[in-house]
Amino acid sequence: MAAPLTLLLIVAITVRAALYRSSLADLISERVEVVSPLTAWKRVVEGLALLDLGVSPYSGDVFHETPLIIYLFHFLVDYAEMTFILADVITAVALYLTVKDYNKQVFRKQKYALEADRYPLDCLELIRSPKEMFYIPLKVAMFYLLNPFTILSCVAKSTCGLNNAAIALFILSTVKGNVLLSAIFLSVATYQSIYPLTLCAAALLYLMQRQYIPVNFRRASFWWFIAQYAFMYLGSLFVIVCLSFFLLGSWDYLPSVYGFILSVPDLTPNIGLFWYFFAEMFEHFRLFFLCVFQINVFFYTIPLSIKLKEHPVFLIFMQLAVISIFKSYPTVGDIALYMAFLPVWSHLHRFLRNIFLVSCVLLACSALFPVLWHLWIYAGSANSNFYYAITLLFNVAQILLVSDYFYAFLRREHHLTYGLYLKRKDGSEATLVLK
Amino acid sequence: MGLLSDPNRRRALISLLTRLNAPICVVCYMAGVAWFMGLAFEPFTLRTYMSENAMGSTMVEERFPAGERALATGREFSAHKKKAGGMPVDWLVKTMQSQGLEVFTQRFSRTLPFPDENKERYMVKGTNVYGILRAPRAPRTEALVLSASCIPGDNNNQAVGLLLGLAQYFRNQVYWAKDIIFLVNEHDLIGMQAWLEGYHHTNTTGMDWSPLQGRGGSIQAALSLELSSDVITSLDLVLEGLNGQLPNLDLANLFYAFCQKIGVLCTTQGKLQRNDWDSVSGYSHAVQTMMLMVMKQASGRPWGDHGLFLRYHIEAATIKGINSFRQYKTDITTIGRLMEGMYRKLNNLLERLHQSYFFYLMPSLSHFVSIGYYMPAFGLLAVILLLRALDLWVQLASPPPRTEDGFVDPEQMSSPGVLSVLTPLVISHLTGVALYTLPIRFQEMAVEHFPVSETEAVVLTAIAVYTAGLALPHNTHRLLSGGGTEQGWKVLKMVAVLYLAVLLGCTALINFSLGFILALTLVPVAAFVTPHAPKALSAFVLVILSPACTLLFSVFFFQELQEMPISFLDGWMLYLSVISQGILDHCLYGSLVYPLIALLVYPCWLLFWNILFWK
Repeated sequence: MAAPLTLLLIVAITVRAALYRSSLADLISERVEVVSPLTAWKRVVEGLALLDLGVSPYSGDVFHETPLIIYLFHFLVDYAEMTFILADVITAVALYLTVKDYNKQVFRKQKYALEADRYPLDCLELIRSPKEMFYIPLKVAMFYLLNPFTILSCVAKSTCGLNNAAIALFILSTVKGNVLLSAIFLSVATYQSIYPLTLCAAALLYLMQRQYIPVNFRRASFWWFIAQYAFMYLGSLFVIVCLSFFLLGSWDYLPSVYGFILSVPDLTPNIGLFWYFFAEMFEHFRLFFLCVFQINVFFYTIPLSIKLKEHPVFLIFMQLAVISIFKSYPTVGDIALYMAFLPVWSHLHRFLRNIFLVSCVLLACSALFPVLWHLWIYAGSANSNFYYAITLLFNVAQILLVSDYFYAFLRREHHLTYGLYLKRKDGSEATLVLK
Repeated sequence: MGLLSDPNRRRALISLLTRLNAPICVVCYMAGVAWFMGLAFEPFTLRTYMSENAMGSTMVEERFPAGERALATGREFSAHKKKAGGMPVDWLVKTMQSQGLEVFTQRFSRTLPFPDENKERYMVKGTNVYGILRAPRAPRTEALVLSASCIPGDNNNQAVGLLLGLAQYFRNQVYWAKDIIFLVNEHDLIGMQAWLEGYHHTNTTGMDWSPLQGRGGSIQAALSLELSSDVITSLDLVLEGLNGQLPNLDLANLFYAFCQKIGVLCTTQGKLQRNDWDSVSGYSHAVQTMMLMVMKQASGRPWGDHGLFLRYHIEAATIKGINSFRQYKTDITTIGRLMEGMYRKLNNLLERLHQSYFFYLMPSLSHFVSIGYYMPAFGLLAVILLLRALDLWVQLASPPPRTEDGFVDPEQMSSPGVLSVLTPLVISHLTGVALYTLPIRFQEMAVEHFPVSETEAVVLTAIAVYTAGLALPHNTHRLLSGGGTEQGWKVLKMVAVLYLAVLLGCTALINFSLGFILALTLVPVAAFVTPHAPKALSAFVLVILSPACTLLFSVFFFQELQEMPISFLDGWMLYLSVISQGILDHCLYGSLVYPLIALLVYPCWLLFWNILFWK
């Protein structure tokens, strides 16, 4: 399996290198779909210039990346392109290893269940074979590396690629069962963009499952494990935050990075839901709706972790999707990360209901973004409503996609317990309805 | 959401859509065409009305008196033009300066990629002269432009005369709140392009021009004059700009309102409006006018000097004086008054023209069809593609039919490889890239080896590459080792149909007419092509409905609409020149039609060609 992966990496790197050399790179790095005020490379360069002049990079309202990033590029600015390619490669390899490991576990679990005769007889066609699972890790790496969204994001040098790498490493160390590394990478990811905080529920569930700690509020071992993890997580977060403070010598960056993410002062259009809404709203209600919108990202953690207690990796996928839909400055790079997981759930395809509709809408929207942007900004004949309509449609399609996968996952689990061909009490064929 | 989540209703709907797919598609196509034809019917259209408050209720007086003097200036200009053998720069500078304008000149030069045989130019060198009348009453942050181009021969002298006359008259008025720029541009659109690029500090097409020495504020609106006789019978309004962009409808409303007020006959597409909408001839007249607008818009080229302003978010139109054999003539003083009135209204603007529509079609100057009314016609055509894609999806997703033994045919089960879809996609796009790059790249070589001129070489290379693409299915199959499966072509067709739907949708948003005309011809092809249809007949139909043939038909149709039918041979020559003009428009002004057809539409059509010859 190493050879195809190497080939894939070579292809991916070639595509990116070629695009960096072409005239498209400048065009792509200006697209609002690809870069947000947080992740734009132009702003990082501005921050670096300020830093070189001995001014705090956060003075002025341009730079919003974290101090570690700016110090990273302080040394690597000449190798920026390589850094971003490397970040993508790291993400892809990490996802590859993660999925390989995860598939092994899934298979092992399935074998035990089969041996224990826990599956109903008619469910045999739902059992996953090693043959079909063999190529999934490679497909995951391919979905990430060759996804146009990732390529665009990498060519635009959006720092989103680095955040994705941190999250991928977090997932890898979690799946490998390394508690300390998992906590450290989670704190790095949180430090970068706050929202990955919600992934800690999934990580806890997974690690406890792995260490056979029951999820039971009355057990001391449960609380002890949470305390351990929280200590490691908060400890490393504290270290990183303090490190940033000592690097810069001021707390400027806290309001400028996290305040910026949470209070959404920059209403540049992007593919998210915030900008139009907050541009139209009366200032009076701003705080209220800000809370409502931001709670959206965090709130789903609770019901999802209750429902998917047994399947933490699927929970991670759901969480990533929710974050990339509801975060304040989403870019296509965020979407690419959760889309990379789609091959892992390829066995759910027979239960998906709207996949055709959703993929058509996603495809059409991706093509319409630049067209409507052109009509709005350059031709002046359309207006922001056109662009926002497409944004809205794009997000609805994403939500449908995710909920479709969620439904399919639950339905498969249901079938695995109750049999594939369900009968009503009177013996007629029953159908499952999601209500 | 019931439809999306209730499995029974979903199943019923999907089975309905797949069972009745073909009839629904046919009905949609008919309905789309019928809807489009209905757009010209007057009860279905809206009357134009002025939306902009600043131009609507304010009263202005028109007092321009100096028509005769303007004509005299025009004659003087003509004499100097003849003497200088081109733009009489010194005379123009002196005249404008004597009128008290700030006068500047701009030199530009441009070598075309290949000679333009219609206008007989290759290495273009010229000078633009413009004078700025500074606004006495405001801080000079905004400007209006009045332009007339200096054309060799006896044309457009009166326009320059009137421009200078208006400049003289405007200079003495005190109410101007915006700078007024009087521009005389040489080599029509090329000069205009140079001036606009200079004014906005951009350079999109690699042209050489000297930087502008003086500027006004940001330009709010521009009018371009074309006037070649001392008296006229009617004024024609030209709206279509680059890439089918149209100015705000209020500009047309303004023109119409003033024509009504002053009593000048006004036309659009050279057609007067008629009042007998309920008669057949009245309706066909409206259809003719609208179709002319659709054809012009679809061509994506600027139909007057104003066309390039639109790219810079400046509302602009060309006003053309027409002298035909009518009794009733209008003298130049009246036209001057009309221009004065329009500029005074534009001068009252408080913000950019944005209140009225940007997407519209005009079956007559007093009626329009807005985007909400014409988009369903396109939508009905586009929905066919989605229905076909859904049908294919259902066919692909449903379990393969079991053979009599109860075993599933293993060949059917194996899903088609990614390669069998990717190869045609990549190869047809490479052909598209060849069609886009080769004609200009290879003109020199073609001229060396064949007895043709450069222009012919470019056009013929384009046609040759286009035709060579038809041999593609054989080459694709040679690349693919195994034969294609039944599933293979269905997947390819689904991809191609969705691709076409997205492509046409995006095109129709930017340029409705182009999108609609392409949809009209490509949708039937996309909907009903299969490898099982009779080969020769289908191939013939496919070629007839290909983009190149669509262009050929459009050329004849356009001539027919203009009531200038031509013989087949002339039509063919015109077709060749239209192709060369299309390529030139792309190179000179950045028109997008040629790259769109070459890089996207043609490869998409090739995919369907591939499906027909699927083995």
